[in-house]
Amino acid sequence: MKSQQAANRPDNTAFTQQRLPAWQPMLSAHFVIPGFLLIGMAFIGIGVALYITSQNIQVLEKDYTGTGQYTACSECADMQTIPCICNVTFSLTTLFTGPVFLYYGLSNYYQNYRKYQVSRDDVQLWGDVTKSPGDACAPYQYIDNKPIAPCGSIANSMFNDTFSLYQIINGTMKLVPLDGKGIAWWTDYNIKFRNPSAQGSLQDAFNGTMKPVNWSKPAYELNPSDMNDNGFLNQDFLVWMRTAALPDFQKLYRRITSGDYALGLPPGDYVLQIEYNYAVKDFGRKKVVFSNVTWMGGKNEFLGVAYIVVGSLCLVMSVVMLVVYAKYKFADENA
Amino acid sequence: NDRGYNEKFLYADNRIKTSKYNIFTFLPINLFEQFQRVANAYFLFLLILQLIPQISSLSWFTTIVPLVLVLTITAVKDATDDYVSIAEGPVSGHLASPVLSLQNEKWMNVRVGDIIKLENNQFVAADLLLLSSSEPYGLCYIETAELDGETNLKVRQALSVTSELGADISKLADFDGEVVCEPPNNKLDRFVGTLTWKNNKYPLDNEKLLLRGCVMRNTEWCFGLVVFTGPQTKLMQNCGRTAFKRTSIERLMNTLVLWIFGFLLCMGVILAIGNSIWEEKVGGKFRVYLLWDEVLNDAIFSGFLTFWSYIIILNTVVPISLYVSVEVIRLGHSYFINWDRRMYYRRRDMAAEARTTTLNEELGQVEYIFSDKTGTLTQNIMVFNKCSINGRTYGDIYDEFGHKVEITEKSPSVDFSFNPLRDKKFRFHDHSLVEAVKLGDPAVEEFFRVLALCHTVMPEEKNEGELVYQAQSPDEGALVTAARNFGFVFRARTPETITLYEMGKHSTYQLLAILDFNNIRKRMSVIVRNPKGQIKLYSKGADTILFDRLAPSTEDLIYTTSEHLNEFAGEGLRTLALAYKDLEEDVFAEWMVRLHEASIALENREECLALLYEEIEQDMTLLGATAIEDKLQEGVAETIACLTLASIKIWVLTGDKLETAMNIGYSCNMLRDEMSDVFVITGHTALEVQQQLRTAKEKILGPTREIVNGEKDAEKMDLYRNDSVFEETITSEYALIINGHSLAHALEADLERLLLDTACLCKTVVCCRVTPLQKAQVVDLVKRHKRAVTLAIGDGANDVSMIKTAHIGVGISGQEGMQAVLASDYSFAQFRYLQRLLLVHGRWSYLRMCRFLCYFFYKNFAFTLVHFWFGFFCGFSAQTVYDQWFITLFNIVYTSLPVLAMGLFDQDVNEQNSLRHPKLYELGQLNVLFNKRQFFMCTLHGIYTSFVLFFIPYGAFSSNVRDDGSHIADQQSFAVTIATSLVIVVSVQIGLDTNYWTAVNHFYVWGSLTIYFCILFAMHSNGIFTIFPSHFPFLGTARNTLTQTGVWLVILLTTTVCVMPVLVVRFLRTDLYPTMTDKVRHTQQASRRQRPQEQNLKRVRRTSSRRSAYAFSHQEGYGELITSGRNMKVAVPVFSLLRKRGDPATGTTVVAWSSGSGTRESENTQGQ
Repeated sequence: MKSQQAANRPDNTAFTQQRLPAWQPMLSAHFVIPGFLLIGMAFIGIGVALYITSQNIQVLEKDYTGTGQYTACSECADMQTIPCICNVTFSLTTLFTGPVFLYYGLSNYYQNYRKYQVSRDDVQLWGDVTKSPGDACAPYQYIDNKPIAPCGSIANSMFNDTFSLYQIINGTMKLVPLDGKGIAWWTDYNIKFRNPSAQGSLQDAFNGTMKPVNWSKPAYELNPSDMNDNGFLNQDFLVWMRTAALPDFQKLYRRITSGDYALGLPPGDYVLQIEYNYAVKDFGRKKVVFSNVTWMGGKNEFLGVAYIVVGSLCLVMSVVMLVVYAKYKFADENA
Repeated sequence: NDRGYNEKFLYADNRIKTSKYNIFTFLPINLFEQFQRVANAYFLFLLILQLIPQISSLSWFTTIVPLVLVLTITAVKDATDDYVSIAEGPVSGHLASPVLSLQNEKWMNVRVGDIIKLENNQFVAADLLLLSSSEPYGLCYIETAELDGETNLKVRQALSVTSELGADISKLADFDGEVVCEPPNNKLDRFVGTLTWKNNKYPLDNEKLLLRGCVMRNTEWCFGLVVFTGPQTKLMQNCGRTAFKRTSIERLMNTLVLWIFGFLLCMGVILAIGNSIWEEKVGGKFRVYLLWDEVLNDAIFSGFLTFWSYIIILNTVVPISLYVSVEVIRLGHSYFINWDRRMYYRRRDMAAEARTTTLNEELGQVEYIFSDKTGTLTQNIMVFNKCSINGRTYGDIYDEFGHKVEITEKSPSVDFSFNPLRDKKFRFHDHSLVEAVKLGDPAVEEFFRVLALCHTVMPEEKNEGELVYQAQSPDEGALVTAARNFGFVFRARTPETITLYEMGKHSTYQLLAILDFNNIRKRMSVIVRNPKGQIKLYSKGADTILFDRLAPSTEDLIYTTSEHLNEFAGEGLRTLALAYKDLEEDVFAEWMVRLHEASIALENREECLALLYEEIEQDMTLLGATAIEDKLQEGVAETIACLTLASIKIWVLTGDKLETAMNIGYSCNMLRDEMSDVFVITGHTALEVQQQLRTAKEKILGPTREIVNGEKDAEKMDLYRNDSVFEETITSEYALIINGHSLAHALEADLERLLLDTACLCKTVVCCRVTPLQKAQVVDLVKRHKRAVTLAIGDGANDVSMIKTAHIGVGISGQEGMQAVLASDYSFAQFRYLQRLLLVHGRWSYLRMCRFLCYFFYKNFAFTLVHFWFGFFCGFSAQTVYDQWFITLFNIVYTSLPVLAMGLFDQDVNEQNSLRHPKLYELGQLNVLFNKRQFFMCTLHGIYTSFVLFFIPYGAFSSNVRDDGSHIADQQSFAVTIATSLVIVVSVQIGLDTNYWTAVNHFYVWGSLTIYFCILFAMHSNGIFTIFPSHFPFLGTARNTLTQTGVWLVILLTTTVCVMPVLVVRFLRTDLYPTMTDKVRHTQQASRRQRPQEQNLKRVRRTSSRRSAYAFSHQEGYGELITSGRNMKVAVPVFSLLRKRGDPATGTTVVAWSSGSGTRESENTQGQ
């Protein structure tokens, strides 16, 4: 009878009665002010560490666009003679600690332009050249109704300057071995990109496809010196296909890790021989960068400075809050 | 009665189709309805845009996945709503009414033209024409509580021709009459039609109609012809669609969504212009590498396309899941209301119910409450509480030290078992009175004799000893019942006699005359000849009136009695003085002759009678006084006090008399003696009313605003806007009481402003004698001119209009039927739950909704505007920063649940403190938690966050490489870094916004973060790429990026920079300008261990000002009815004929003889 009477009686649970046990944090001074102090100090610590590390990284940049204030390669800038080879010389007074990385950098180059960025076909790059390339590749989709492999603007505009580095020892040029292996991401090389499979050579696999219009060589001949570094798995190609987020970017070209240069570039004079193929002077600039890296990556002063600034701000705010809190407390006690 | 014939006319079947869909139509109809919403249509439009390849900057799935999800959730909700209403349907549908063919048909199968049989206590299934019944003359009794809230029985009578059919099945089956009637309408008291049968026409009216929803009473069976079924019945026609109510927050939200849309267009235009310029200056030079399409060489056209592309990308500033989340939150809040045990009324097994799920947050913003009186504030139960007999008070109980003890439910009540005819529900706590009765104290005996004799109550004795009194006003019933329990049982009456059962003995009094009550006399008397042959005049009436007519010898008694009366009145009791007088035989005989002459006089009959009455009611002896409690609902005074503290203004709108209303005003603590002035507006003409209102206003404003009155009207308008400020400055309290007929004038266009101004200056406003329509008008007045949220609460059919008009309507599911509840948005059983509904549920709902909206807008701005900043670095090419899958899932998966949990569970202050500090409620009234300013703060915060989210990674990535030397500044790593930062930042932010971390919150916040990383790694995994290589191009990015220390340093920095200012601002704000909430929270934290005692909001005792009155909802004319014996002609079984409204003999008076609703009916008729 009793239970019948209370048929409509709501359940008495913590949930229905909104009495769930709960943690009710408040911004109490005991927590916030020391917190800010701690964060501030930690950030300044990190910032200083980052800054010092960044300062220790050696960077050597050489602009070789050939126009404007930098005169290097000016003879090639007009793109009249092809191939045009120019030399950039530099000298090191101290050891450039290894491993040294050689980058090429492009500025004001919009790899992040939407139509550019989508202009690729991941299925094709995954090794399927038989299917027709995606529409996003247009207009670098077909030549004479034959699919382009690799299709699209990104591949078509692949950076094709080449570099070789020589150390000048007693007037003779000693080739510094440049290591082009494993400069692309492991996942790109092993999973995301695949060469088309076919009986016989790689060339057979690319049978029936056309090379991109800007390319001088087809994909399977990108690196004549290493048969495994061709097709879609060419390291330079992979690096290029990983498009940059910002219009000023640098991409890894080679590592200097072997031979006499495993510990770095010893002091001396060097010549960088450049095969100048890539036209950028209309809109931007190109450069080569030698750099070494640390645990935090390459040279990057921004992060260190930012950490120091934010850390200091935290400290300042904690002081401000302390003052305000003390005043408020004081006023409160008076009242 | 031929089904086949009738079916040709396509009458609606009796199934009341409250459900909108069936299984097959659900999908198309629901989709169609959903796309009628602007928001959904907008997303559909976006989807179409995305299918145009020229401008499609996002894959189609980024919009379609959330859209489908949102549509599905809404559809499921609609479907469950619909399913519930289907499920509720059959509850009434399965009751069987035996049809003529003796089949038990289900209700839903009843068709127009069927003849069905109804039995006692059955619900009427459809609107029926009564054909015949078990009672003589084809009478049939029904109760119409479901229809109009009146609990008294009504009589319906069949046409004499049809009543002859009786229960003869074969004759009934052959019945082939044709009914022509008006089309279905919602007028419950009107029906016009004709019955053509056997070439005769018979008129039909409402008296022959049984309406669906009525209950058969006192009638064994009856047959009826179905006239209207299903939705055509008057009951269903009356449940008119309530106007769609929207909360102010929702309106604001809609405006803001439009603003955001405008903002979106602005951004699109800026970026499109940027694109045109960029194409012109920079882009053209990239021809070799970037451009290919001849069309795109035109910069202007490129800008145009970019505009649309950006509209697509930035569409997430208008949050797609906003509306559906809001609905989910509201639904949750409604469930919390339904589930609240503290709003559950055990005695009637009634839980609170949120009948509308869309108004919850408005409950936190109520500024005006319009309350009905009877049944809402009061229980409409009169209780004989105290009395003063011969200078001694009875009714209080004292403890052994002589201190007064508060009477509670548990106090022992007097044992009346000596009296076999007692009313068992009667409770009295003072034993001394019973002892006095038993001792035979003559004054006490005489006192109760007055109560037992001097009234117009009709007794009814169903079985031996089971007396039921039909009193025309509950006050009288209470008095007679009191006398009955103390041994003076009023047992029977005839036109000439009254039979009492006095202390175990029968005694019959000869009723010689009834000197009836009226408003001027404020008293009634009877003249009887007692069994000993003495002629006595017994009188009861307002003390002021009666005291003037007492014999001068009783000065002392008058003095003590009036002391007692003051005391009773001080407790808010209704008082009456009792007196008697012995009459000499010859004096009376002579008076009687004159009375007879006067009563047949043609001229001035009324005055003559009044004079005669006056003459005989002189030199009476005072017996004592009674005090009746118009029982308030439990906790009414406390609730009102609490709501007043919350700055909610309570207006009482009642159909009751001025005196009654004032009396209740005092006992509810709404009117207080310390109030500076109580203005009573009773003017009969517009001018009078205006004058009275002016005077009142000037008196209030006098000290503060003397200059103002002289100034022009135009300036008054300006001042009006500042009224709220003035309202605060007026220190003394005023009250305004306005009568119905004055209100009618005051509500006219030219006076309503004055009325409103004056009323708003007063603490308390009471409107009495108002009609239902006027109630709605008053509500509407406030609604129109004050930008305030109004709430109307009532329990009866006469409150429906105001419940529907107000922003929020609350129905008390009381004894008066379901009309108010059906029209209401919220319903519960007791007025006091209003406090909890507003101060706890309303406040929380408001708070949660505001927090939710703030966060939601913030989140979407922070999320979307990153694209805007990126636009400047990607040639305005509408390149997205994030992975498309991230865009798809961000709003619906990664960030929806924590904010939903906050919107459902957050509490700034617990319920005890919400109730203890009603001031906290003002946040909602002032609308400080979410307004346009708050919105700007949220969006600015969002813009700041997006700025930080973009530029810190920008700075860090511009020249960064990985620790193995390979580059990391690629688009995909950049995207993952920003996305991860974003998810962490918004999660930290929700953490800061959440005040009340339940397990669910923890689960959702941490769960969302976990889910984010899980999905991230899953989408960037080898496996999913090998299955869909073209849809998951981000392969390996998460692995390569999130393993870098540098990236985590960027994320850490970004998060800190985003959160730090928020923390600082919040901390300083709580320290420098702590709000009420902060303080309460503080104390709440501090006092976790020691529970402070409950605040006591005791009823304040008043001492002065006697408002005792014959404050009955009484009508003149019963005395005559009784003495003439006209209402006693009916034999025993049909006692209820008495209840028939409008005695045909008197014709004019509306007599309501039911205790429950009698008062209400007379209220209504009087008010109109």
